[in-house]
Amino acid sequence: MPTRTRIPHVTRRLLLAATAATVFAVPALAQDTLKLGLVAAMSGQSAKSGEAIVRGLSIAIDEINAKGGLLGKKVELLVRDDESNPAKGAVAARELVQREKVVALFGGLDTPVSIAIVPFANQNKVPFMGVWAAGTPITRNGAAENYAFRVSAVDELVDVALVEYAVKKYGAKNPGMILINNPWGESNEKGLKAALEARKLPYAGIEKFETGDVDVVPQLSRLKQAGADVLFLVANVAPSSQVVKSLDRMSWDVPIVSHWGPAGGRFSELAGASAAKVHFIQTFSFSGNDSPKAKALFEALRKKYPEIKSFADVTPAVGIANAYDGMHLIALAIGKAGSTEGPKIRAALYEIDKYEGLIKTYAKPFTPTNHDALSAQDYIFTYFKGDEILPLTQ
Amino acid sequence: MLVVSAIISGLGLGSMYGLIALGFHVTYVVSNTVNFSQGSSMMLGAVLGYVFGIRLGWPMPLAILIALILCALFGLVVERTLVRPFAERGSNAWLMATVAGGIVLDNSVLFTFGKEPRGFPSVLATKPIDLFGAGVYPLQLVIPLAGLGIAVALHLALNRTRVGKALLAVVQNKDAAQLMGINVRLAVASSFALSTVLAGLAGLLIAPLYSVHSDMGTLFGIKAFAVAILGGITSAWGVMLAGLVYGLLEALVTAFFGSTYTQIVVFSVVIVALTLMPNGLLGRAAVNKV
Repeated sequence: MPTRTRIPHVTRRLLLAATAATVFAVPALAQDTLKLGLVAAMSGQSAKSGEAIVRGLSIAIDEINAKGGLLGKKVELLVRDDESNPAKGAVAARELVQREKVVALFGGLDTPVSIAIVPFANQNKVPFMGVWAAGTPITRNGAAENYAFRVSAVDELVDVALVEYAVKKYGAKNPGMILINNPWGESNEKGLKAALEARKLPYAGIEKFETGDVDVVPQLSRLKQAGADVLFLVANVAPSSQVVKSLDRMSWDVPIVSHWGPAGGRFSELAGASAAKVHFIQTFSFSGNDSPKAKALFEALRKKYPEIKSFADVTPAVGIANAYDGMHLIALAIGKAGSTEGPKIRAALYEIDKYEGLIKTYAKPFTPTNHDALSAQDYIFTYFKGDEILPLTQ
Repeated sequence: MLVVSAIISGLGLGSMYGLIALGFHVTYVVSNTVNFSQGSSMMLGAVLGYVFGIRLGWPMPLAILIALILCALFGLVVERTLVRPFAERGSNAWLMATVAGGIVLDNSVLFTFGKEPRGFPSVLATKPIDLFGAGVYPLQLVIPLAGLGIAVALHLALNRTRVGKALLAVVQNKDAAQLMGINVRLAVASSFALSTVLAGLAGLLIAPLYSVHSDMGTLFGIKAFAVAILGGITSAWGVMLAGLVYGLLEALVTAFFGSTYTQIVVFSVVIVALTLMPNGLLGRAAVNKV
């Protein structure tokens, strides 16, 4: 006896139709919102950076929505994970723009991913706001119509700031470079060389190392023999800590002036007590920041994300801060433009005269020749005290 | 100064490569197969040691013991599911299966252990001691000693004991070995368990000098395989020696020519060495006994 009952064709078709109706109905319902997209690393080693950006954007969006949203609509954030993979990031950006019709895109921590997305954004005339990745060519991309903007550090300017700090603070005369062997390290090698050249300073040497290197003593010994008096360090948190541990072992007490790699994780746990010797660049720090805006933002973060208890839980704060200001700048432009069309938003970004932001008061943050809202004067130097990133007074 | 510190760095690194490479040697001499997830086994040892010893706060010796037992279990699982089903059918698919197994393990650890690299403090790696003018952690001296000790023990165990000879008989002629009352499956399975324990031990020894994260073993696994081949995978001595040579070469090239040339020079030397000595430094030519 057959016990299985067959689903009649009619029912199946009905099911299909019902499913289709639900699928298509959702975007129809969601059309009341103004959509913005974020493509960032939400998984993998850099997952914390994606989390920080989402937090910064979300608090800003909450503030905007509390005041009635933009162009009469609530603002909605759509997040896509690029897994730090440029190809995945490009696909995600395409999906957000073409299917979800986002008005603007935000970018994440990885320079290669942003570089993969920017040509697409330019072609489709969708504003792209970088809030972390520092690669110089993201905003300086040579496109005739450039839609890439940024509220973050720029490698080229960071390198100028690093050299200036090394000279002012330590009287560097013969600095050495210890750089990670990847495009980020290379981009900074160029930048540091140019910055040193501009100051007519020689360098003791340039050494590269790999992310997986356990022992960096051979490279560092070469720099020591060449008489390096300050080290410029460019690497993410884990490899940076290998440099510090190797220096410890050599008992070489040399000043280290670093890009912001160490801020990306548990640097003091990985590098030990000497972590505090590394002075690195940031665009923002909650610690030692008396501005009411910083205090209000931290309170808002604590309220929305109960797992945040102290400043140590929001390291590095740059992702949150850059995203927060970037979101408000885009919102200002959309409001000014009175439109969701890319070209109009771009023109409106140039028209922003003044905005009292979290990181600073922005005066004419963007012009057709400068798409970077932050400059070398906006960088601060910081160090790790325990788990917390504290600013250094120069 | 430069030479001394390079030699110490090189010997330290080299013995780590050698220790993991011994794991390749152990399974190869018994079953003619290797576990390409050795790098992941190394990571597993370090991650488990971290979880038990640091996160859960167990006494370190206990944490290390349990971590190594679990590594052995992982080796048994690899052999049973990723090697035996293929090798017994005469297929070489275990090659890809073990690579895939390693990737699965790396990613499972990524999700469970977390994404951030963690520090594994050790009393043996806090204060450097002075050795001929170069600083070195006591742990860096323990690693070569452990490596050499294990190579000696393996050599003696395989060539001087009944069990060792039984293991070697397995690879020469499986059927004959079985007829002589040797439990072939058990022999092969134990060799895999031993190989992952060696890798896990290497992971535990390296962790304090490095950091603990899910992909810490990838590069080590690749370099260790190069070392195993360079040494002649059939000789425990050769493998350990090749590890030291490889590590020294890496450190010396970096010290004298700069890090830009390290990988180019080292791997070129590996190629030349293998061209001149196809069976590795101390390996024997494979002879098929009919």
